Amino acid sequence: MARFLARRLVNYVALCLVATFLAFALAAMTFDPVGKLQARNPPPPQATIDAKRAELRLDEPIPQRFVLWLGDAVQGDFGRTVVNQSISDELPRRIGVSLRLFLLGTVVGIGLGVILGVASAIRQYRFSDYAATFFSFVILSTPVFLLGLLLKYLALELNSAAGAQLLVFTGETTPGFQGGFWAALVDRVQHLVLPTLTIALGQIAYYSRYQRSAMLDVLGSDFLRTAQAKGLTRRKALFKHGLRTALVPMATLFAFGFGLLITGGTFTERIFGWYGMGDWLVYGIEQDDTNITATVTLFVAVLVLISGWLSDVFYALLDPRVRLR
Amino acid sequence: MTTYESDVLADPGRPGEPSAALLEVSDLEVSFPSEDGRVRAVRGLSYRVAAGEVLGIVGESGSGKSVSSLAVMGLLPPSARIGGSIRLRGQELLGLSDTELSRIRGRKVAMVFQDPLSALTPVYTVGDQIAEALLVHGGRSTTPSAARNRAVELLDLVGIPNAAERVKAFPHEFSGGMRQRAVIAMAIANDPDLIIADEPTTALDVTVQAQVLEVLKTAQEVTGAGIVLITHDLGVVAGTADRVIVMYAGKAVESGTVDEIFATPRMPYTLGLLGSIPRLDVGRGQPLVPIEGQPPSLVALPPGCPFSPRCPLREAACDAGEPELLPAPGAGPDHRAACIRTADLAAADAEGGDLAAELFDAHVVEAERVDAETRIDREVVLGVDRLVKHYPVRTGGLFRRKVGAVQAVDGVTFDVRAGETLGLVGESGCGKSTTIMEIMNLDPPMGGSIQVLGSQVEGLSRADRKRIRRDLQIVFQDPMASLDPRLPVRDLIAEPMEIQGFDKDHISRRVPELMKLVGLRSEQINRYPGEFSGGQRQRICIARALALEPKVLVLDEPVSALDVSIQAGVLNLLDELKARLGLAYLFVAHDLSVVRHIADRVAVMYLGKIVEIGGVEEVFAAPQHPYTQALLSAIPVPDPEVERRRERVLLTGDLPSPANPPSGCRFRTRCQLFATLDEEKQQRCIDVEPPREGALPAEPDAPVADHEVACHWARIRTVV
Repeated sequence: MARFLARRLVNYVALCLVATFLAFALAAMTFDPVGKLQARNPPPPQATIDAKRAELRLDEPIPQRFVLWLGDAVQGDFGRTVVNQSISDELPRRIGVSLRLFLLGTVVGIGLGVILGVASAIRQYRFSDYAATFFSFVILSTPVFLLGLLLKYLALELNSAAGAQLLVFTGETTPGFQGGFWAALVDRVQHLVLPTLTIALGQIAYYSRYQRSAMLDVLGSDFLRTAQAKGLTRRKALFKHGLRTALVPMATLFAFGFGLLITGGTFTERIFGWYGMGDWLVYGIEQDDTNITATVTLFVAVLVLISGWLSDVFYALLDPRVRLR
Repeated sequence: MTTYESDVLADPGRPGEPSAALLEVSDLEVSFPSEDGRVRAVRGLSYRVAAGEVLGIVGESGSGKSVSSLAVMGLLPPSARIGGSIRLRGQELLGLSDTELSRIRGRKVAMVFQDPLSALTPVYTVGDQIAEALLVHGGRSTTPSAARNRAVELLDLVGIPNAAERVKAFPHEFSGGMRQRAVIAMAIANDPDLIIADEPTTALDVTVQAQVLEVLKTAQEVTGAGIVLITHDLGVVAGTADRVIVMYAGKAVESGTVDEIFATPRMPYTLGLLGSIPRLDVGRGQPLVPIEGQPPSLVALPPGCPFSPRCPLREAACDAGEPELLPAPGAGPDHRAACIRTADLAAADAEGGDLAAELFDAHVVEAERVDAETRIDREVVLGVDRLVKHYPVRTGGLFRRKVGAVQAVDGVTFDVRAGETLGLVGESGCGKSTTIMEIMNLDPPMGGSIQVLGSQVEGLSRADRKRIRRDLQIVFQDPMASLDPRLPVRDLIAEPMEIQGFDKDHISRRVPELMKLVGLRSEQINRYPGEFSGGQRQRICIARALALEPKVLVLDEPVSALDVSIQAGVLNLLDELKARLGLAYLFVAHDLSVVRHIADRVAVMYLGKIVEIGGVEEVFAAPQHPYTQALLSAIPVPDPEVERRRERVLLTGDLPSPANPPSGCRFRTRCQLFATLDEEKQQRCIDVEPPREGALPAEPDAPVADHEVACHWARIRTVV
């Protein structure tokens, strides 16, 4: 199993490179970073434009530019932006912002999604099951940006009803916030709730649908009956034998679910003014910046493949039938 | 089973509580909601089980036998409505909460389920699951390590070799038979008073069935528990039970000791059921009793006897009211039947003769008997010569290296001649299905050759292949799955003819003809498969297969998905069609009784090879290969007296992996004969693969019969 996972990891490195190259090539072909420079009034001298082209290696073939960029990247230097700032300096902070959002969203999404799915399955065809189904489909069919805006609106209503700023929807912290550890934590949580909810809701809806059907499969299964025949109460049999088995297919879903989450994350960061990787990607595209685009793509590719790899690991942990070999 | 067993059972109960009923079910009613109204699955069932007694409950699917036992366990879904009373040692179980019941389940009453493959939780080890049964009821005094040690003992008790190691295995690492043993180990873990076994061997191969029944017997000896054995197999009941209840349409229609029920049934349904089973010890001359019609719907059942629409003894009074289960006249004190004509039945029985056959008007289909002498002159319609089919085993990596081969079929040779039936038998995994799929493919085989109606399949053009398909048709095992539910019967039967380009007039004339031929009414032509019962659907499949007037019909377990009373009708139909149309059958089955009834010749397969082949009479009367002997011996005969006298050849272990078969003779690892041989002879079995040779003559001067065996040390042994 360890060898299998190691081999998978090697394959993933190759996949990451392919994904990044494709993004790099697409960006390099379509972006025109000096266009804005030329459009200035009065136009800058030709020498300035040529210098900028040389600085951005615009006249070199794309594969060569990619190799040069990659060569630096493996050494920790992801190049400079069109406005000549170091990407590597900015990178850790942005990664931190995004990971906080993504991880929290994933944990909340999976946790609540599984619980909701199990609850719906056990109470199949009751009101709560229909309500959960309705909620899930509404969420799944709502674009993330709309969901974000709706939540913002609801938070405004809540705040004005409460007469205090309970939920904050811009940034990660209040700028220039002064206070002790606990006060700082509360401030962070106030900022965190809405963006996390925005991406977690989709995840909850997604996982709960699959968990519900996996659980329904298990509910009618013979081994659950065997467990009860042994003397387990229904509730205990459901959790110890039923849920444990119904979790197995969730491991596979994790890989896909995480991809969905990142897409949603991009919008969420924008809406709530979080300066994370998603926000950066949008900024990079606006600025016709190939290096930012490639860097963010590499980051996303790594995340997606790590999640795929974790999927394999979880699967092996959950299901003894795939553990061998 | 052995006589020792029956001696023990003749004296049920333990000292001090001789007459106390262990389980007393009275007036049990179970109903479920359905779209058409409430389904009354069990309607007023009453029975008692004494300590140490084995009660057999038999009935066909939908008779309510499983539902009633789930009611005892309190494991019915919440939508079920349950009435009546279920008392265990005097304690009322109905109305107890789940928590209260959970203290009884597994400790006082244990259950063994039908499908061992799905009965264990896939994510926990077998040992943990057995230990769990102990820990749930053990209280504080049972430590996890003590429970684990006990689990090893229990696994050892139920006959799992190397139990201390195997206890750590996951269910998927166990074969079906081993899983059922593990479930039995779980059931006896807490020394229960009552074990309910719901079709415990139905999903298993016959040799494994014999092993598991033996384990169940051991379990009973160890625990002294009463057993409720639910099954549709009257053979299993005959050899195992002390008393029998026959259920029909949610009610007990007859009950009594096992000998009474089998020797002097007093309810026409029981009589018909007994007559519908092909018997291993009778063979071809036996008329099979088909019970016409099908069990009634349990929604809004009309008044009167539920069996009357199918009953040959029906009279006006039968429909007036439902008869009660009353003592049968002229029978033992415990023998009861729910029929108003029991006296007439008793009188008819006194006259002698085959009552079931006379009553249900069953007769032997007089097919032209194909005898061995003229066999050689008849045309070979299907010939298979040294057929090989190996499936590669590959590594999971990028290059998918080939690391071995599953030798599904490894050098199989047989032929089917015009007008005869060859039965191909063997346990699951022996390669019989692969063999027929290779034949039906009409593609050049991996090794050896296949010849259909005089043409070799190698080098056939597409057009040739299409032409040959007209003469070679197949009927599959599961009639539910092999008919498109969205097509009406007309289209289903017409499809082969449309593909072969027959004109519309021909087709519209043929379809009603075919339906009549297989015993369906032509008014049903526009109905969909869902509106037919299992037996009728199989008839549709047969009609479809006959549409092109084939010469050879391949029948892949055509009756194994059907209830016995329905099975008899389909077997009779096949017999009749063969006689009328001069068909040749390749009949694949695991049930040797069915093969004995329908086939002229039989080929026994084991691990991809044919170990014995020959005329049905020769092979069944004087089997010479140890595997054939074991296979025949494992099949229960529906006659308690015969069963008690029979000595079982029990095979050990499971089928070896066909990816890595034993050297020499493939059967030697499980062979009962091998164990008795001296070392020199054993070495020969290990080194040399036995060739298929003409068998020993049954009597010293008998002419050489149509009989071949692949065994170095073949000898005759009568086992039926």
